[in-house]
Amino acid sequence: MSALISTRDADPAGSFRPQESTVSASKKSVAGHSQAIVILAFAASAAWGSAGIITQVAEDVGDWGRATEFAILAEVVSGLLFTIGLLHLFLPRIVAPVLRFLPWSLVLGLFLAAWEWSTAKSGLLPMPFFPPPQALLEVFLDDGGKLLESVLASLELLSLGVFFGAVVGFGLGVALGCWKAIGYWMHPILRLIGPLPPVAWLPLAFFAFPSSHAASIFLIALAVGFPVTILTWSGVRGVDPAYYDVARTMGASRWFLIRKVAIPAALPHVFIGLFMGLGASFVVLVTAEMMGVKAGLGFYMNWAQGWAAYANMYACLLVMALMCSSLVTLLFKVRDWLLSYQKNALQW
Amino acid sequence: MVESALRERTSGEVSASSLQASLLPALAVRDVSHGFFLRDTHLQVLDRVDFSVGVGEFIALLGPSGCGKSTLLRLVAGLETPVSGVVATEEGPILGPDPSRILVFQDPTLFPWRKVWDNIAIGLEARGLLRASRARVDDVLRLVGLQNFANAYPHQLSGGMAQRVSLARALVNDPKFLLLDEPLGKLDALTRLSMQGEIVRIWQSAGFVALLVTHDIEEALLMATRVLVFSERPARIKADIRIDKAYPRHRDDEDLVRQRHEILTLLGHASDW
Ligand SMILES: Nc1ncnc2c1ncn2[C@@H]1O[C@H](COP(=O)(O)OP(=O)(O)OP(=O)(O)O)[C@@H](O)[C@H]1O
Ligand SMILES: [Mg+2]
Repeated sequence: MSALISTRDADPAGSFRPQESTVSASKKSVAGHSQAIVILAFAASAAWGSAGIITQVAEDVGDWGRATEFAILAEVVSGLLFTIGLLHLFLPRIVAPVLRFLPWSLVLGLFLAAWEWSTAKSGLLPMPFFPPPQALLEVFLDDGGKLLESVLASLELLSLGVFFGAVVGFGLGVALGCWKAIGYWMHPILRLIGPLPPVAWLPLAFFAFPSSHAASIFLIALAVGFPVTILTWSGVRGVDPAYYDVARTMGASRWFLIRKVAIPAALPHVFIGLFMGLGASFVVLVTAEMMGVKAGLGFYMNWAQGWAAYANMYACLLVMALMCSSLVTLLFKVRDWLLSYQKNALQW
Repeated sequence: MVESALRERTSGEVSASSLQASLLPALAVRDVSHGFFLRDTHLQVLDRVDFSVGVGEFIALLGPSGCGKSTLLRLVAGLETPVSGVVATEEGPILGPDPSRILVFQDPTLFPWRKVWDNIAIGLEARGLLRASRARVDDVLRLVGLQNFANAYPHQLSGGMAQRVSLARALVNDPKFLLLDEPLGKLDALTRLSMQGEIVRIWQSAGFVALLVTHDIEEALLMATRVLVFSERPARIKADIRIDKAYPRHRDDEDLVRQRHEILTLLGHASDW
């Protein structure tokens, strides 16, 4: 929830944007600033470069493929960062938009170098559990097709479940907010079933539904539906009655009040519900895929564990994180677009 | 003091014929009492309020804070029905809201998700008239001087601009009754003056009946043809004062100054001024 309420933190790299230096700043400090950026770019370049060199030159303690590719990749990034540093000296405008990534690039480069050294080169970290970065690259290059297939399978399951859950939850929430009779029947049911973690249904659902696929869609819909229902409902109930009065005096029908007053006024709440529901849906998705569905990232994860393929597990985890994060980002983009009227749009 | 003569006369119930008899008022408030239940206590807000409004009148309602002025406007708007008594127009008793009686609320209550233009258009949209009368929206927008803010969202407006949008949103419906609940309360003194003149001009040209709640005696005297002074809660009509002055009026006008003292006395501030 707090992610929805707090606005985006001040960009820590903001100070590296030369166009933001104030007019009153003295020339000398601007020049000093500029120098710091170049040094930062070169340091990041050196970090990536050393990650590549360590990979290529030092002796491996185990047997991993794709070391060369990883080294080349690191050197390419290193070269890019070096170029950015140089460009900043001569054509600062061109590289201005990417300067904010420099601090992260430096840290990532150092991290990769340390990772490479402590796994493949020194064996400092226990072996099968901590694969070196090139092992992950190997998974992406050699097993990428299967990973992509898994992502698509997961997305299919997720999108169907989220779609049904959101539509039903939204409709139910609006209905609950607008008609007392519906509340009489639905409220006790919601109170009893809503707080139940949807994964608790898994064993029953796999048994009751014709396929584990259908069961998972149902459970994901349930996971999304509950928070969406509750928050849509509270959103509709929380609408300032004065809005209804204004519209009513001007001849609005009940249907108009629902469509043009209740729903738009409740929309910010609906999106909080969707945000919460999406989080719950990830839990159900991965659990269902680990427990019965024979496809998707959760299934891949289980399968990799069965083979003790740790690199595959890390790769899968990374893909999962990217997928979930992208979906949340997408949700926030849709919200920002629909709720563009809001004064300080909240950031993800 | 002119205690409303009507009060004595019509304590019985109102039949259609008695409405006809009383010179066909545009609006008749007959012996209206109203109150609210707060938990188990009953809060009496209006006490046998009784007055008539003729076609084209501009009535100002003055009274202490919390006495029930907004409640009275809500009854006329049809947003509530009185506990006892009748509020009626020429068409009969008021049973619910109707676009011929538009209330401009004490707060602008603009819809934050609608741009200024769409806020103003909502009444026409609700009645399915928007397609035919889009120009009307532009007209009232110009009337309140906000043509450059058609695409702004309410949060981008100042308090006074929001009040003007709220006024425009009412005017676009071409109401027969315009019920104004302290519409100028949030404006600075200068904007307030010009808006007072503006509202009077619009009233003169559009010919609606205006009921204006205000705390500002001077505003009431500058704008209205009649001032109703209410008592503390439960509100009763303390005085019904006719202002026979041509517009534009001047605040230093002798008669107005005298009437201001009269009203101040009624409100219990005799010696302060
Ligand atoms: N919906 C309601 N439920 C309960 N009490 C109410 C309600 N609406 C108004 N009241 C009460 O009725 C009384 C009169 O309210 P009203 O808003 O009409 O006053 P007012 O004369 O407009 O005051 P002000 O000039 O401060 O706006 C107040 O005491 C208020 O608490
Ligand atoms: Mg009021």
